Amino acid sequence: MSCCAPGTEALLDGRNNSEELWLATRDLGNGRRSLDLSVPGVHCGACISTIERALMRHPEVERARVNLSTKRVGIVFLDGTGVTRADPAVFVDAIASAGYEAHLFQEATEKNDALRNQLLIAVAVAGFAATNIMLLSVSVWSGAEAATRDMFHWISAMIAAPALIFSGRFFFASAWNALRHGHTNMDVPISLAVILSYGVSLWETVNHGEHAWFDATTSLLFFLLIGRTLDHIMRDKARSAVLGMARLSPRGALVLTASGERDYRPIEDIRAGDRILITAGERVAVDSVVLSGESDIDLSIVNGESQPVLVRPGDRVFAGTLNLTGSLTVEACADARNSFLSEIISLMEAAEGGKARYRRIADRAAQLYSPVVHLLALASFLGWGMYDGDWKHALLVAVAVLVITCPCALGLAVPVVQVVAAGRLFRNGVMVKDGSAMERLAEATCVAFDKTGTLTMGRPRLVNGSEIADDAFAIAAALARHSRHPLSVALATACRAGTKNFEAVREVAGGGLEGRDPDGVWRLGSRAFALHGAASADSPEQSEVVLSRDYLSVANFLFEDTVRPGAATTVRTLLERGLGSSLLSGDRENVVRRLASSLGIANGRGALDPIAKADAIRQMTAAGEKVLMVGDGINDAPALRSAHVSMAPSTAADIGRQAADFVFMRDGLDAVTLALDISRRAGRLIRQNFALAIGYNVIAVPIAILGYATPLIAAIAMSTSSVIVVVNALRLNLRKSDAQHTKASLHPILEPVTS
Amino acid sequence: MNALIFLIPIALGLGGLGLCAFLWSLKSGQYEDLDGAAWRAISDDE
Repeated sequence: MSCCAPGTEALLDGRNNSEELWLATRDLGNGRRSLDLSVPGVHCGACISTIERALMRHPEVERARVNLSTKRVGIVFLDGTGVTRADPAVFVDAIASAGYEAHLFQEATEKNDALRNQLLIAVAVAGFAATNIMLLSVSVWSGAEAATRDMFHWISAMIAAPALIFSGRFFFASAWNALRHGHTNMDVPISLAVILSYGVSLWETVNHGEHAWFDATTSLLFFLLIGRTLDHIMRDKARSAVLGMARLSPRGALVLTASGERDYRPIEDIRAGDRILITAGERVAVDSVVLSGESDIDLSIVNGESQPVLVRPGDRVFAGTLNLTGSLTVEACADARNSFLSEIISLMEAAEGGKARYRRIADRAAQLYSPVVHLLALASFLGWGMYDGDWKHALLVAVAVLVITCPCALGLAVPVVQVVAAGRLFRNGVMVKDGSAMERLAEATCVAFDKTGTLTMGRPRLVNGSEIADDAFAIAAALARHSRHPLSVALATACRAGTKNFEAVREVAGGGLEGRDPDGVWRLGSRAFALHGAASADSPEQSEVVLSRDYLSVANFLFEDTVRPGAATTVRTLLERGLGSSLLSGDRENVVRRLASSLGIANGRGALDPIAKADAIRQMTAAGEKVLMVGDGINDAPALRSAHVSMAPSTAADIGRQAADFVFMRDGLDAVTLALDISRRAGRLIRQNFALAIGYNVIAVPIAILGYATPLIAAIAMSTSSVIVVVNALRLNLRKSDAQHTKASLHPILEPVTS
Repeated sequence: MNALIFLIPIALGLGGLGLCAFLWSLKSGQYEDLDGAAWRAISDDE
């Protein structure tokens, strides 16, 4: 999977992070500790046994178990003998040597798992009650004599009561919550129908009545719980997949204490004024000022700038940015709580927009539906009562109306479609955070893209590789392998051959690399560095790297940011679907405008800070547009939040991924159109399902009002309508194969993409 | 009618057995990793 594309730095490098790993372990007592790691690369049985065997080879590992569904590995290990502490970094190295990448993830899933299990138990209990009561009911319908019928009704009542209380609590709690805040949702008519029909059936049973609704009540609950559970599992799956991706902010940092010792502290314990050591390849933990050292800092995650920035003593560095080339000693100037990241979080809270205002389609339907149903039931109660004066019969009819109109099909109509749609998107590498996201995406009227990391890959690509002589290329690549600078990485990956080896390579922050061999001194870097004082000819669109021997130019490498595959087609397709695109970027104005015109985007705006981006979205919303925001950086997070619906690539900053409704795993931007198409089709199917459910009601309600709806008819009608709705939802899987999307982009990062 | 006196408890008991079996399997973590379990069944080692 491509979840860590430009962020090779996000892989745990065992040597650097053993302290950070240690913080993530949990004490199990008896000298045993456990560590959970995310391994996004596992996909089959061979992966499982490879990783488990690699881990079990270490004597301190007591148990290692890969979970293929959540793509995680749980390790239980013995914590040394008390003298030496076990080093969790060796586990990461073991997994890495087996060919998989491992990283830490935030532990926030346990609560979800507990809720999922509760829902599953509730489904099982409701299913047990429904099937057994249905068996008893069948014999009643086939004409059991009065005494047997009464006994069966009593048994049913006794099975139903605990089952309804236990399994129905999810609906009762949610309905009560809605009513207390003065509005209704789908759960209000459900709860009412369940409680009333049970009450009336019990009363009938006590009075030796002929009809009891226990079977309808329990099977209603059973069907609805299935819908609810599916909905939950869908969200759970997406969430655990998002959590499994690399975190971009470190868990702690190496603090230099007053006595000169080095102490790895969790990020919460770092105070303003602490001195922190940041080695090359590490991310900055808190906002700070550089005290000593020089390095290039990759700011792309913060402001969308694709070019690394040189920092010197006195410069500020922001939390989350990546230190590329040299070691730095910095002084923290804020706690983690007051850092740049936290400012963005408070901006996001202020920007709470489309998501909070949006009411789910099922709830909107319920808002119309429940008053109608309740009025109908009341009217038939009063009507029958006045008509024949038999109030008991009138009550029975009213309950029949409530049971038969109860939104069984409605309760399944939405979740089943959304689960099927989310499953299809998931197979195509798009994760949906929740069902309402698809409803909102189907409504979107225009799209706003971020530039760096979204429309572009945020990593440079060599453009003139074919013009460069092979031997010069090999030397440059050999030098470049010693650096983490994005241009070096791009050069090293672009090189076809490279057998040359340098003994000692020196890296100069803000300059480049220098190596020596018998031919002389080789330098690779900026023009000023490589040619010793020549003026730099960097144009804003292209970056240049010069290879020199003894300060004489040998080769010129030109780089451009890679446009995401399918970006231009996506913009065009979106326009065909009626969605205009605009470009909101923090990068320089001329770069933004050039990219916008090359992709056919009319409206390109550059040099926007996070607040201006969110404001731009708000202006569009005020103009009546429903905006889909696609972005990835920390600076996009407030905009992602204030948009009607949002998407982020999996390479986005943690905060961007959390703010977005959709996260796409593959490189291609066609995920946007795919998600839009599937969401729209899901929306159509949901409306069809509503139409089916309403059509069913149009037939069933008159029967109920006329007093002909016996429990048998109710049972048949309810199950048929549910089955029809589910079958209709499954049609989403039938049409149009996904082959074109899956095959084309399976291993997108392995080869540089031409746009 | 007499047959019902033990037939119904038997029917409910069997149903209850199924329910208990499900609850036990859920509790012992058999649904934690459905994809992985499918692969482990056909792996050779151990």
